Amino acid sequence: MGNINFTINGERIQAEQGQTILQAAREEGIYIPGLCDHPALPPEGACRICLVEIEGQRALHTSCTYPVSEGLVVNTNSDRVRASRKFNLELLLSDHPMDCMTCDAAGDCLLQDLAYEYDVSEDRYQGTKHHYSVNDPNPFIQVDRNKCILCRRCVRACREVNGVEAISVFYRGFSAYIGFGADSSMDNSPCEFCGSCVEVCPTGALWPKMSLGEGRPWQVERVQTTCPYCGVGCQLILEVKDNKIIKVDSAWDGPSNHGWTCVKGRFGYDFVHHPDRLEKPRVRKYLLDGKKKPAASKRNPEKEGNPWQWVEVDWETALGITAGKMRQIRDDHGPESMGFLTSAKCLNEENYLMNKLARQVIGTNSIDHCARL
Amino acid sequence: MVGLATAFGSGAMTNSIDDIADDAQSFFVIGTNTTENHPVIGMRIRQAVRQRGAKLIVADPRKIDLVDFAVLHLRHKPGTDIALVNGLMHIILANGWENKEFIKKRTEGFDEFKAVVDKYTPEKVSEITGVPLEELQQAAEIMAQNKPTAVLWAMGITQHTTGVGNVMSLANLQMLLGNMGVPGGGTNPLRGQNNVQGACDLGGLPNVYPGYQKVTSPEIRSEYAKAWGLTDEQLSPEIGLTATEMMPLAFEGKLKAIHILGEDPIMSEPDTNHIRKALETCELVVLQEIFPSETEPYADVLLPGASFAEKDGTFTNTERRIQMVHKAVESPGEAKPDWWIISELAKKILAIGDRKVQEADFSAWEYQDTNQIMEEIASLTPIYAGVSHQRLLSGETLQWPVKDKEHPGTPILHVGQFSRGKGLFSPIEHVPPAELPDKEYPMILSTGRVLYHWHGGQMTRRSKGLLEIYPEALIEVNDFDAEKLGLNGHKRVRVSSRRGTIEAEAMVTDRVPPGMVYANFHFPEASANELTIAALDPVAKIPEYKVCAVKVEAV
Repeated sequence: MGNINFTINGERIQAEQGQTILQAAREEGIYIPGLCDHPALPPEGACRICLVEIEGQRALHTSCTYPVSEGLVVNTNSDRVRASRKFNLELLLSDHPMDCMTCDAAGDCLLQDLAYEYDVSEDRYQGTKHHYSVNDPNPFIQVDRNKCILCRRCVRACREVNGVEAISVFYRGFSAYIGFGADSSMDNSPCEFCGSCVEVCPTGALWPKMSLGEGRPWQVERVQTTCPYCGVGCQLILEVKDNKIIKVDSAWDGPSNHGWTCVKGRFGYDFVHHPDRLEKPRVRKYLLDGKKKPAASKRNPEKEGNPWQWVEVDWETALGITAGKMRQIRDDHGPESMGFLTSAKCLNEENYLMNKLARQVIGTNSIDHCARL
Repeated sequence: MVGLATAFGSGAMTNSIDDIADDAQSFFVIGTNTTENHPVIGMRIRQAVRQRGAKLIVADPRKIDLVDFAVLHLRHKPGTDIALVNGLMHIILANGWENKEFIKKRTEGFDEFKAVVDKYTPEKVSEITGVPLEELQQAAEIMAQNKPTAVLWAMGITQHTTGVGNVMSLANLQMLLGNMGVPGGGTNPLRGQNNVQGACDLGGLPNVYPGYQKVTSPEIRSEYAKAWGLTDEQLSPEIGLTATEMMPLAFEGKLKAIHILGEDPIMSEPDTNHIRKALETCELVVLQEIFPSETEPYADVLLPGASFAEKDGTFTNTERRIQMVHKAVESPGEAKPDWWIISELAKKILAIGDRKVQEADFSAWEYQDTNQIMEEIASLTPIYAGVSHQRLLSGETLQWPVKDKEHPGTPILHVGQFSRGKGLFSPIEHVPPAELPDKEYPMILSTGRVLYHWHGGQMTRRSKGLLEIYPEALIEVNDFDAEKLGLNGHKRVRVSSRRGTIEAEAMVTDRVPPGMVYANFHFPEASANELTIAALDPVAKIPEYKVCAVKVEAV
C-alpha cells in the first residue's frame, strides 16, 4: 500500500505519491463520476464532472488532476459538489442532441448515465446549438461532432496509445471541435483506423459505421475471443445479435493488447458473414461418377455435365469419397506420396489432429504449413 | 526457428510483449514492418519511445512508418543483414562493449565466431550494406549504452536464402551483449498468423512431433506409436517434406495427393505459375476452407470449415501464450468445425484401409469437443503438459513451456540457462541473394503485406471496409525511378521477373530506395508471388521473398 494518508468521505485512505485523488479513489472502489478521464489514458481535466470538495480550499477541484497529499480531506458527494456537477451536465446537454431514443450509443454512453444519475432531463439553457454535418467519408468510423463533448479522450488515445496524432481540437471556445490531420477527413489524415478513439469515446460522437442500427448494448451477447489475424493474439469482445457479429469491443484484460486493437481486429470481422462462405461439401462430378481424373485442359466447371463440375453432396458422401481416394493413393503409392498442409489460421487442437491424421492414419511426416511464407 | 534452435536449443520468441514494451531500453527492429504487420506491438514500441524515451533503431531497406519514431534508420541493401549485424558486432568488440561475463559463463563457440566477425571491418560492411560508417558506429553505441536491447524481426529476416544465417547472427548479437534471459531483451521473431506458433508447436512440421520432438528419435517415435496404437515401424522415421518441397514433387508427379487445411498456396507460395501446374498434376487435392479461395479451382473435394468465430479451442500467439477462442455464432449452412471434419475423415480411412490401429490411450478419434483434444495434446507434448481449457477458462494466462498442471508457464525463455545448456555462437558469413539485378532485370523486388490486408487476402478482401480503404494492389516505386520510367503521379506499371508478370497501380514514394520496388500478395489479379523466386534457404526451406530481380515498365 501507499505512503500517503488522507480521507475521502470520512474514510481513511492510503495512496501512492504522485497518484491523483481519482486514481486513489478508484483503487479503493470509491465512485467519482467523470467523462474525460479514462484509466488507460493520461489525465486531462477537461469535463469538470469529477469535481470534489477539499477541506480548506475555496474552489472545487478536478479529482482527475489533483495529486494526493498527506492529511487531505476530500468530499466527493457533498451538495455543493453535486450541484456543480449537475450544472456542468446541464451546460453540456444544452448543446447536445436529445436523441437517446435513436442514438446507437444509448446504453453505452456515460453522458446518458450521468444525465440519469443527476436528473438532467430538459434543456435548461436555451442558446445557440451546433449543427455539424455527419459525413466523414471513411469506411469505418462515423464522426458526429454534435454529440462530441470535447473530452479529448480520442485525442489522447490517438497520441498516447497509437502514437499517430491524427486527432486534435481545432479552434477555441464555442467554435472548438475535434478534427483530423490538418483539419480534414479521417481518411485524409495519418489515421490508421485502429479504433482506439471509438473505444474510449464516452458518447456516440465516434461510432463504428458497421454497427449503426445493428443493435443496442443490452440486446447483444458479448463473447471474448482471440483475434484471427496476426500473431499478437489480441483479445477481443465480439458483440453478437441474432447470430451475427455486430461490433468488436476492447477486452481490457487481454495480456498482449490490454484493450488496444488494429483496424483488422476491430473492423475486419465481417468476412465471417460474407455470402461467399462455403456452406455445403462439394466434390467434382468425375469423382461422384467414380471416373478417373480428367485432364486439366478439360476443365470447364461452369458447364453442366463437365467432369470438373462441382456437385454439392452431404457430408457422408464427401467424406466417404475423400477417405476412399486417400486410402487408395496411400495403398497404391505409399504414404510418402501424400502431403498435408495444416493451417496457421486453425486451432491448436485442429493442428494436432492434422498431425495425427498424417502420421497415425497415413504414416507420413510430410506435413507443413505456411510458417515459411 | 531453426536458427534459434541451433543457438539456444529452442526456436521461439524468447520474451513477452509486455516486458519488451516496458523494460527494453533500446529496440533493434530489423526486417519487421511492425506497425503494419503486428500493429499492436507497433503501438507498444511507439508508446515506449514516446512515453519513456526508449531508443529505437530501425534497420530496413524501406522507410517504414516506425522510422518516424527511430533515433537511427539503417537503410541497408536488401539481403545484406548478416554483413550488417557482423559489422555492428565488430564495432562492439573493437570497443570492448561485449558482456564478457555472460559470454564466459553462458556461451560457447566464441573464438570461432570472433574470427569471422573480425573480418567484417566497418569499411567493408559499409561497402556491402551501403550504410554510412558513422551510422554503424552510432547503432553499436546506442545498443551498448542502452541495455537491454530487444531485438525484433519478422519475415524480413527469414525470407532469404540466408534466413537461418540471418537469425543466427541476431542470436550472436544478443549473446554478445548479454541481452538473453532478461526482461526487455531477447530474440523476438514476430509470428505473422494468429496461430502459426501453435501450428509449429503441435506437429505441423515435417521434422517434429508436437512439442518439437524429433521424428528421427526412436524413443519419441516409440512413445507416439504406443499412444496412437501403432507399432514403431508404422510411424515413419524419415523427415517429411516441407510445403516448398511438396510442390516441386507434385509437379513431377511423385506427390499424388495433398490435403490442404485453411491455406491458399496459389496466393502464398512463391512462383505461382509453378504451383498451379503442381496442383493440376496431383491426383487428389482436398481443400478444407471457409471460402472458394484462389486454390479452389485446383481442388477435387471442397470441405466447408468453420471460421474462428464458430468454434471453441485455443490459439498460441507470438509470445507462446495459449489463449482461448470462443464460439460466438453458428456456422453458415452445413459448414463444420475443422476438428470434426478431420476426425470423421480419419475414422473413415481407418475403417476401410489395411493400416491397422490397435486400441491404445489415444488411438481413437472419438472427440466430443476440443477440450478433450487438448487433454491428449497435454499428455503427449511436454511443453503443453500443464495446459488445459479449465486453467485458461479460470483466467490463468499460460506461456509455454508449461511443464505440469501446477507450473505457471514461462514468460521469458533461457533465464539463467539456455535450453541446450550453453548458448552457441555461430560464425556466419555474408552470402549475396540468389538472384541479383542484371541488365535485363535491373531492379530488386521485395514483398510483404500492408496494414489493411492480411496474407492471401481471402478474409480481408471480403471485409467491406478494409477493401474500400485499400481496394487494389499498389506497387511502391521510388520517385527517382518513377521519373526515369516516365511515371507522372499515379500510373500503372508492369513488373516482370523471369517467372511472371503483374500489372498494378504505382505508388510513388520514398518508402523504397531507388532501384527497389515493393509489392504485396493480397490481390490475385496482381499478386507479388507471380514474380517471386522459389530459391530456398537450404536448411529452413524458406523462399527468398524479400529479394528477386525484376524489370519495371510504365503501362
